[in-house]
Amino acid sequence: MRDTSKEFCMYETAWCPGCGNFGIIKCLKQALEELNKDPHDVLLMAGIGQAAKTPQYLQANSFSGLHGRALPAAIAAKIANQNLTVVVNTGEGDSYGEGGNHFIHNIRRNVDISHFVHDNQIYGLTKGQASPTSSEGFVTGVQTEGSMNTPFNPLMMAIAAGAGFVARSFSGDPVQLVDLMKKAILYKGYALVDILQPCVTFNKINTFAYYKKRVYHLDESYNPHDKMAAIQKALEFGDRIPTGIIYQEEKATFHDKNKVLASGIPLWEQKRDHSLIEKFAQEFV
Amino acid sequence: MYNILLGGAAGQGVDTTGNILEKLLKQAGYQVFSMKDVMSRVRGGHNFTLIRFGPEKIDSHSYNLDGIVAFNEETIGLHKDKLKPNGFILCDSSFAVEGPNMTKIAMNEMAKKIGNPKVVGSIAIGAILKSFGENLQHIESVYQHAVKLEYLEQNIEAVKQGFDSVIKHHEHQTSSYAKWMLLTGNQAIGLGAIAAGLKFYSAYPMSPSISIMEYLAEKMTEAGIVVEQAEDEIAAINMAIGASFAGAKAMTGTSGGGFSLMVEALGLSGIAEIPLIVANIQRPGPATGLPTRTEQSDLSFMVSASQGEFPRMIIAVKNHEDAFYQTIRAFNMAAKYQIPVMILSDQYLADSSAVVEPFDANRIKLYQEPEPLFEGEYLRYKLTEDGISPRLIPGTNRGFVAADSDEHDEYGKIIECADMRIKQMDKRFLKLKKLELELQEPEFVGAANYDVLLIGWGSTYGPIKEAIQLLHETSGRKFAALLFGDVYPLPTKLLKEKVKQAKDVINIEQNATGQLARLIRETTSIACTASILKYDGRQISGEEIAAAVLKEVVK
Repeated sequence: MRDTSKEFCMYETAWCPGCGNFGIIKCLKQALEELNKDPHDVLLMAGIGQAAKTPQYLQANSFSGLHGRALPAAIAAKIANQNLTVVVNTGEGDSYGEGGNHFIHNIRRNVDISHFVHDNQIYGLTKGQASPTSSEGFVTGVQTEGSMNTPFNPLMMAIAAGAGFVARSFSGDPVQLVDLMKKAILYKGYALVDILQPCVTFNKINTFAYYKKRVYHLDESYNPHDKMAAIQKALEFGDRIPTGIIYQEEKATFHDKNKVLASGIPLWEQKRDHSLIEKFAQEFV
Repeated sequence: MYNILLGGAAGQGVDTTGNILEKLLKQAGYQVFSMKDVMSRVRGGHNFTLIRFGPEKIDSHSYNLDGIVAFNEETIGLHKDKLKPNGFILCDSSFAVEGPNMTKIAMNEMAKKIGNPKVVGSIAIGAILKSFGENLQHIESVYQHAVKLEYLEQNIEAVKQGFDSVIKHHEHQTSSYAKWMLLTGNQAIGLGAIAAGLKFYSAYPMSPSISIMEYLAEKMTEAGIVVEQAEDEIAAINMAIGASFAGAKAMTGTSGGGFSLMVEALGLSGIAEIPLIVANIQRPGPATGLPTRTEQSDLSFMVSASQGEFPRMIIAVKNHEDAFYQTIRAFNMAAKYQIPVMILSDQYLADSSAVVEPFDANRIKLYQEPEPLFEGEYLRYKLTEDGISPRLIPGTNRGFVAADSDEHDEYGKIIECADMRIKQMDKRFLKLKKLELELQEPEFVGAANYDVLLIGWGSTYGPIKEAIQLLHETSGRKFAALLFGDVYPLPTKLLKEKVKQAKDVINIEQNATGQLARLIRETTSIACTASILKYDGRQISGEEIAAAVLKEVVK
């Protein structure tokens, strides 16, 4: 029997009290419910990490794969069944570190999925090491002399690789976050939302107050369709951090371009004429 | 049965000429087995194709040459020792090499006059057809598919001129294989996958597995397959798993180096119980090894690849026909037991062509996953009597489907409780009990009164079969062989029975350490008494096996 409720039920979590993930998962639930999604048609996917536990805590179909490998599995699930709403929730280590290569190339593929990166600038699950977005000089138990690497700029990378929907938000700004999540899910193509969030246990620098003080909304005068302006905004990260849709562009999706998927019939349900096998075999005669 | 070698530098047309000649010989009615020996370079070096043909069944290649077609002088120097006393060497009249076996034609000059220096190969084809008593009946139909229309006329003219340049040495032998198929091992795997219902194939280009993807890409629109080139092999296998989870039959293919990158995800397929097909077309390792050559050295690795323990199956394909049917079976076993199934082949089978009876539609039986029956809430990892949990596809509105790389409960949610961990591990391994009943025992060939038992797996099937025949012609002892296709889990029933009668048990493998022998010993305590191991990147032939058995073992 199917459960006909359209509510995305929540389960007990294993996150620390005050974790930014609470805000994000509540916004995700609200966004999906406001979009009137049936949880049976939603597939929540993740890699491994604290953020990647999101699919465990919200009732829908779920896929918790390997660290760094959420995107390849997610785009393929969407290719197999385009009727699924595929949403990836995972951390910045998973998305930009271990999965960096998949991040670049799945932007290029432009499969219609949403990618919500819970970006707390630190590794939480392994208890506090530098992440790709940690600031230079950030001291941890491993980076004892401070991180020496240039912080990864996911928005710049996404724009450069050709993403058609690039946004940033903050876990402490639920009104904006719900709005951006809904727009990302509705966007036809790969949509990235980099969500700044505090790690209350391990990151004592980039705290709730730190972000709260710095983030500001892009106002109506900002044109997210202007790529050069978007690059300017993507470079802005310091005393002031812009949030909202940084860049947006309509693009043909993977499904639009692939002849097999263009029929609109989900791949997994497509029937194959069995006489084809004999025909193909005859080509070798 | 005749063996012809076509040799030259990369870029001289050895491969193309071989591909056309093997089709023409098949159209003439012959069995054909054509093997490629290619260096890992686009220009220069030395490449050759060995074409064996005749009216009788051919299982493998042979290096006892009836003829050499030399596109450069180097070819003659490299291979003339393998030429039979009455064999011929066909080459351009400008070559400085002299000898009783030489058939020299002014091929380069003729090609120039025809207006295309690249038709030299077609002149050679004409000469070979004439020499072996064939006619020109099939040249139009074969060339139409082999060359661009603008070059068709030049090539046909070249074949005719080559044909008229030599005299007939052999009579045509009547044979009836013209209506059979001529295909490579990788094409057989590709077609098998389509027959099995493949919907999604993701891979990263790698020799010698790439031709599976090329074949599928040629057919993707007509057959309704999404073929996606991944950014790396890790993406390739994770994509296949994602697609399979969402209901599309999915496969990835690679060679050893790529498979090395895939191993973590192999375990994901194992613990999340997502059907997955991985084809590993082996080449010599370690690391980059010999990229365009052959070896059987990944068996031990694949048996244990990935951290932790989970059920898996490995099928080594034995020849071109087997590659087709076993690929279908791999899909069936993966779907039925919700496990990763690996198809193990190698460069020798991948790139060689053989004549195969047209595939029999009645032999294609696809496993139909039963409609999941459940009451109340759907449990993806429900504990069942045979360990197989009803599989629901997400989005079918009957329940929530969860997949988890963490240990999980019946619902699919992450757990750490000791009791459920044991239950889920046991459930996964329980599936093997049922699977083992479906294992295919090795094929037994040879004399009933044998006392020497040869053991092989995968692509040495043809060469070992031929060796048994050769050994009976030259030795007074009696020989038999067990030829394994299913290698993991290892079927042991026939093995235990057949070793009892043998004084010598000899494993023949294309690796340096005897990996099947080790697996047999680990599984059954049966120890082989001698080994014939080849790891120079070249496939062992029936003649080599027979000679090695006589020299090293039987004495």
